[in-house]
Amino acid sequence: MLRDITLGQYYQTDSVIHRLDPRVKLVTTLCYIISLFIVDNWIGYVIAGAFLLMVIKLSKVPFKFMVRGMKSIVFLLLFAAVFNLFLTPGEVVVELWKLHITKEGIRLASQMAVRLVFLIMGSSVMTLTTTPNNLTDALEKLLGPLKVFKVPIHEIAMMMSIALRFIPILLEETDKIMKAQIARGADFESGNLIKKVKSMVPLLVPLFISAFRRANDLAMAMEARCYRGGEYRTKMKPLIYKKRDGLAYGVVAFYLAVCIVFGKVLW
Amino acid sequence: MGIIKTKDLVFEYIRRDEEGNVEGISRAVDEVNIDVEKGDFVAILGHNGSGKSTLAKHINAILYPTEGTVWVDGKDTANEEFLWEIRQEAGMVFQNPDNQIIGQVVEEDVGFGPENLGVPTREIWERVEESLKAVGMYEFRKHSPNKLSGGQKQRVSIAGVIAMHPKCIILDEPTAMLDPNGRKEVIRAVRALNDVEGITVILITHYMEEIIHANKVFVMDKGRIAMEGTPREIFSQVEKLKELRLDVPQVTLLAHELRKSGLNIPEGILTTQELVKALGL
Repeated sequence: MLRDITLGQYYQTDSVIHRLDPRVKLVTTLCYIISLFIVDNWIGYVIAGAFLLMVIKLSKVPFKFMVRGMKSIVFLLLFAAVFNLFLTPGEVVVELWKLHITKEGIRLASQMAVRLVFLIMGSSVMTLTTTPNNLTDALEKLLGPLKVFKVPIHEIAMMMSIALRFIPILLEETDKIMKAQIARGADFESGNLIKKVKSMVPLLVPLFISAFRRANDLAMAMEARCYRGGEYRTKMKPLIYKKRDGLAYGVVAFYLAVCIVFGKVLW
Repeated sequence: MGIIKTKDLVFEYIRRDEEGNVEGISRAVDEVNIDVEKGDFVAILGHNGSGKSTLAKHINAILYPTEGTVWVDGKDTANEEFLWEIRQEAGMVFQNPDNQIIGQVVEEDVGFGPENLGVPTREIWERVEESLKAVGMYEFRKHSPNKLSGGQKQRVSIAGVIAMHPKCIILDEPTAMLDPNGRKEVIRAVRALNDVEGITVILITHYMEEIIHANKVFVMDKGRIAMEGTPREIFSQVEKLKELRLDVPQVTLLAHELRKSGLNIPEGILTTQELVKALGL
């Protein structure tokens, strides 16, 4: 069961969005998030919503996968909405005992809710259509210019992809150690929080030792295969922009322009 | 000179206490002289702590000799100038398959070596395809390594080394963590490399059955080469092997005991068929 865990939530299918260069998707997501904070009227949100719907449609990912991502933020969403609703000063609409709901409060709360929902959905379109590996590649390439400032971009990207590779292995190992400790009478279930945390020690210590041992082995194996950092290195799957990527950038630029014009300037 | 040659190779592990004072020195490899010809299938045997893995790491320039010299294809491993050439020419496969696979997809892992060597993209794909085919893992190229069996993972590791086009491949107990089926798979793949591609193989193991196909065997004990010869020569010295705490294959042991009890059969029987023939059944 643990073997099937993948970080993120990649949904395997073949669509235009899946085939796009990961860099395009990363930049688009960023632009989309920015656009959500630029617009502050209903026309703007309708445009943002329409854009999102179009992308979701193109990605061929079932809508329920997007909604699934929302579950984790329901609480945050309610929290933010309720606070905005009651605590914004302004023209009072409803008065409940000591709490006032103001006109501005309703506006702010609903805007906040829409923004959050769009934001989460927008970024889950990216994680649903891009493998973590591709994302790492895109980050490496996009942040490449930072190398001038001696930021070890290649190393960071390599660390990320190794971490991704080892997550399922370490999870499986945790499971194994846990079972071994339970077999020797360890109790991970009962007691209060402090007791539970304490009971994690016999789990974490062997896990850390094993992780270090693995890291050591892996470093040796990488060196044995001539790994020497990012210099001289070629790529098996280099990221190359295709025609559709240029087109996608165009669409995004157009969308941003429309957002600014309708969401900010005209009203 | 053969493709791999060591002369009076000595390696010492220095144990230090917390202040950095030398607590003790243990000699892992002691005055080892070996010479491996191109195309050879060499097996290095020995029980735990006999120094066989340490010796292997010298051939890939992961460890450097304390004394003596190691040459790979005529290049001295202590010379830093040749480091990457040596690591490319002498590929290494380690014991734990999980700890040496870097890629998240089989084909990406096989491509890792060539990427490091700076091979052009198109050629990387060609090399990946040809090496995955050589170990019979081509149909798994899009799979995640986490979902493969131990034997399959180890074959992927071997493919990862072949893709670097080495002249020689060193396998450090590649089957120690595998089940019998996985072990057979891996040994079959290694033999094919040696027979078909003509790559020099150095197989380090403590499974006796795996060395039968080798054309040269070194047995190590306490860092020294204790025995040297063809598998048949080695297996005809059952008593000495037992002294070195090594298991002799069942058939060989049976033949040895039968011979001791007076039956007229030759020393160094390696397979069941040979024994059947020798007994005239």
